[in-house]
Amino acid sequence: MIWLDTLVQGILLGGLYALFAAGLSLVFGIMRLVNLAHGDLIVLGAYLILGVMHVTGLHPFVAVLIAAPVMFGLGWLLQTHVLNRVLGDDILPPLLVTFGLSVVIQNGLLESFSANSQKLTAGAIEAQSVQLGPISMGVMPLLTLASAVGVIFLLNQLFYRTALGRAFRATSDDATTAQLMGISPSRVFAMATGIALVVATVAAMYLGTRANFDPSIGPARLLYAFEAVIIGGLGSLWGTLAGGIVIGVAQALGAAVNPEWQILSGHIAFVLVLLLRPRGLFPRAND
Amino acid sequence: MTGAEMPILSLSSVSKSFGALKVTDDVSFELAKGEALGIIGPNGAGKSTLFNLIAGNLRPDQGSVFLDGKDVTRETAMQRCSSGIGRSFQIPQPFGHLTVYENLLVAARFGGSVGAGEAPALCMDILARTGLAAQADKVSGGLPLLQRKRLELARAMATRPRVILLDEIAGGLTEGECHELVATIRQIHAEGTAIIWIEHVLHALNSVVERLMVLNFGKMLMIGKPDEVMAAREVREIYLGIEA
Repeated sequence: MIWLDTLVQGILLGGLYALFAAGLSLVFGIMRLVNLAHGDLIVLGAYLILGVMHVTGLHPFVAVLIAAPVMFGLGWLLQTHVLNRVLGDDILPPLLVTFGLSVVIQNGLLESFSANSQKLTAGAIEAQSVQLGPISMGVMPLLTLASAVGVIFLLNQLFYRTALGRAFRATSDDATTAQLMGISPSRVFAMATGIALVVATVAAMYLGTRANFDPSIGPARLLYAFEAVIIGGLGSLWGTLAGGIVIGVAQALGAAVNPEWQILSGHIAFVLVLLLRPRGLFPRAND
Repeated sequence: MTGAEMPILSLSSVSKSFGALKVTDDVSFELAKGEALGIIGPNGAGKSTLFNLIAGNLRPDQGSVFLDGKDVTRETAMQRCSSGIGRSFQIPQPFGHLTVYENLLVAARFGGSVGAGEAPALCMDILARTGLAAQADKVSGGLPLLQRKRLELARAMATRPRVILLDEIAGGLTEGECHELVATIRQIHAEGTAIIWIEHVLHALNSVVERLMVLNFGKMLMIGKPDEVMAAREVREIYLGIEA
């Protein structure tokens, strides 16, 4: 029964990784931009929620509602004034710029908040759990997974049911032709990055309530997110959820064998998927 | 053309070079509201480049493009689409991951500024008129060439243009298919949309257009009534390769 429990805990952990990855997947899918600052932007979101809680005394679940629009605006401005200027046929400039952004955010946070660990305190809900037969599930991990499913469901609705979503997909297919159809790629990209940072803020809330964070943990979150996107298959949002769960389960299983193996097991699972299915579990049909 | 009325589109001494090669050389013409103009010329004469200059994919080195008397030379392709220039590509470029219907919906909602309420009906109507109704929910990346060409026309129509640029959409079609296409284009024309049509299938072209332009080495060789242009000695020599 311990294995079943480990599996369930792994799936729940996968929800957090899927939340890390959803924003990255969205941005990559639409503009082929690998945002190396994604992990640091999540950490920035966590500090922003912390700041909102500090000033207003609100619960993290409410504070995130204030932080999310701010992060949307930040994403919009970042894309409009920085990233749109480096997007082009050459993939190196956006990589360099987002790498630089990652360094700037880490050091900016270090300067402003010191290297001390912080945590978003959610109160009694953190200790609550539900018992399902022999398995005990924490309420917060359950909410994390439910949020991941919810976020990915909503993103899919946006993609396939709305005019904005069709503009996302059309621009992703062919930005030049999209312009001839009256779409402004730079505005579409700005919306996409804004939405990606809203998702990152949701991820930040669960990251900050689940464990301690400090300015240096962004790059490791980016790595998990990146692995989840690749495992799922580029461009597939449900694939990204599956990818997050694969890493979560691998880490939980590794940790059950030996706690030192937790992180390594996740990376091994990633390498195995790359070896067996180089295009990921759910690749798009005609790429 | 009535002299008093403002032309819908006019080009004034438009030139464009790629390196040393002058692909568009001092081209000037006016297109009246609702007029249909055909463009012919040998391969490499600069026909598609002229479309790129009109649609805004390319900026001219010299000269200006006017839409409704307004200088749009500095406007982007997106802005020109919204002001009423629609175009189809010689090599079909559908949004491959979108369905046929979604391709039109994107064009209608963004390029045509059609509201969410009326867009579906407009798109279904265009699909019916272009013979694509049965393909509406197919992913456009997998369509055969003929249907991709029809999609080019349909998508350009969905932007609700006042000037539609058609780039060799009849090429490679059977006689019957070509006949259907001409009927569709005639209908668009009858509804008052101005048309510029680049085409090698001359009988199809000449059954629709009121004027014909001949391009050669980027220069406008002639413009006039189709029968007069086709009868002209230099056109027969240079374009048709016939010794007159």
